[in-house]
Amino acid sequence: MVLQQLSNGLTLGMVYALIAVGYSLVFGILRLVNFSHGSVYAFGAHMAMLFVSMQFGIIPAFILSIVLTGILGIAIDKMALAPLRAKKSKGIAALITTIGISYIIQNVLMITFGSQTKFFPKLFDFGSIYIGGVAFNTTQICISGVSLMLLLILSCVIRYTKVGLAMRAVEQNQKAANLMGIDVNFVVTFTFFLGGASAAIAGTLISGYYQIVYPNMGFVAGLKAFSAAVLGGIGVLYGSIFGGLVVGISESFAAAYLGGSYRDAVAFLILIIVLLIKPTGLFGKKGITKV
Amino acid sequence: MKEKLSNLSNRINAFIESNKKIVYPVLAILILGLPYVGSSQYILRIIIMIGVYSMLSLSLGLVTGYAGQVSLGHAAFYAIGAYVSALVSISFNLNFFITAPIAAFIAGICGLLLGLPTLRLSGTYLAITTLGFCEVVRMVLLNWESVTRGPLGISRIPKPSFLGIELTISNFGLYYLMVAFLALTTLAVVAIVRSKMGRALMAIREDELAATMMGVKTTYYKVAAFVISAFFSGLAGAFYAHMIRFIDPNTFTFDTSIMILSIVILGGMGTIGGMFLGSALLVSFPEVLRFLQEYRFVVYGAVLVVMMRYRPQGILGGQKKTPYKLPKGGG
Repeated sequence: MVLQQLSNGLTLGMVYALIAVGYSLVFGILRLVNFSHGSVYAFGAHMAMLFVSMQFGIIPAFILSIVLTGILGIAIDKMALAPLRAKKSKGIAALITTIGISYIIQNVLMITFGSQTKFFPKLFDFGSIYIGGVAFNTTQICISGVSLMLLLILSCVIRYTKVGLAMRAVEQNQKAANLMGIDVNFVVTFTFFLGGASAAIAGTLISGYYQIVYPNMGFVAGLKAFSAAVLGGIGVLYGSIFGGLVVGISESFAAAYLGGSYRDAVAFLILIIVLLIKPTGLFGKKGITKV
Repeated sequence: MKEKLSNLSNRINAFIESNKKIVYPVLAILILGLPYVGSSQYILRIIIMIGVYSMLSLSLGLVTGYAGQVSLGHAAFYAIGAYVSALVSISFNLNFFITAPIAAFIAGICGLLLGLPTLRLSGTYLAITTLGFCEVVRMVLLNWESVTRGPLGISRIPKPSFLGIELTISNFGLYYLMVAFLALTTLAVVAIVRSKMGRALMAIREDELAATMMGVKTTYYKVAAFVISAFFSGLAGAFYAHMIRFIDPNTFTFDTSIMILSIVILGGMGTIGGMFLGSALLVSFPEVLRFLQEYRFVVYGAVLVVMMRYRPQGILGGQKKTPYKLPKGGG
């Protein structure tokens, strides 16, 4: 029972980590909580569903959805956020803009696809594997595996590539990075692409896991992922991964022992406790939230 | 075009400022006489809802407009006010005029409990935490069935009665009650804004670091503003519950919070008149544009985005051209 919940939690946690990384990347570079991330995630899931229902097959649908959602991320940045940066608006303006965008995406999804929950085909279902009396669902194993692989790839991109170096430079000091010849706007756009792509992957994986898709799915998932990002220290990549796992596992335990109705509240409780005790998060750098 | 508009608004402001003694009484008579000018119940109901949202946006405006802290959870205080007032009045058979202050008070306490840990942080954390709080409140309302009756909601909430007379929409009682509540809220907000606290809040909005350096107790003032804001949101909630006489958790979702925030932004952060204008526009909007029904929320989102891009200060917001009046006395 405990092991079962642990494996459920790990699966969920991996996916939350994928979403949380998107928050973390954007926050690291722009110091902005991207509220539209949750609905970008829902958009990714819907695109995957659309392409699957058009008989593209799972893998091409997956890839198309990733690319399209990445492009959506770029579009959000170019159309709404870049002009604000150019005008040097206050942070609150960008924050409210992302709320507005999230609203637009969510409701356009609702209008085009309908607000009811829709069926999504199960991903990677090869039956269950029994190890020591515990049923390990292959779906869960594959989802965890895919998420882990993507998180590793993402870490490698940031750690070892030229773009990753530029991202880290911009994160530390935008002005100095600009003076060193880094195209800051390109880096920001690239970050939004990465965020959108990882959100699309997370959205598709979760939809394949629960087998449902609906326009509001991004709202609660986004909040939980944000809690995860804050727990690990927003702006820190491995922190987000750790936070995602903690939130996922505690959620699945809460669902098992406290009843399903309060499972969504756990993430917020974690969030509030973290903000009370250590606002910078477990691995956070100092000085981010200080006034 | 932009110049002309701001010129016009400046001229209007100057006119109001110079003819205070005429404009305000005329306005008061207009407001008090409004129901008698042949308004149907339908119109009156919309006007009352505009009043409720004006109260909500005035209270959020104190936090977001004056102190610059984004709260996305005001629907939670609205809900707390509505539920507390409804439950207390049903189970203890108390009059609305007793339950409403209780409800507002409890909403204020919740504001204190939420504000103390979160307001030490910078804006974005506050936004997310209040959003999370709003969801937690909604989950509790949905799941604590023995008290809140869960998703069924609470029905047959007693109407407010004053000296034995039941206040309804048709005898204009609810309208005047709304006007009284709204006036109370407006006066309170105006008094706060003009006081030392108001100046402290604006200093925090402009530059929190500088405000701290000047000796402004930033956390104290932010929490105080948040509590007051929660109090008046709770009051609005209590009024709403007894007016509609039916509440359920779905009335108080994230959409409501966004609606209130949209009003504050559209009307103009840091203005009082903007809150009335914004409420009037956004509440009557779905009624006027019924053909847009489905796209209503898309338009809300677009309002937020477009306003932030082209006029972040809102319709009535912006720099005041009227000279700042120094407080009398002192030196």
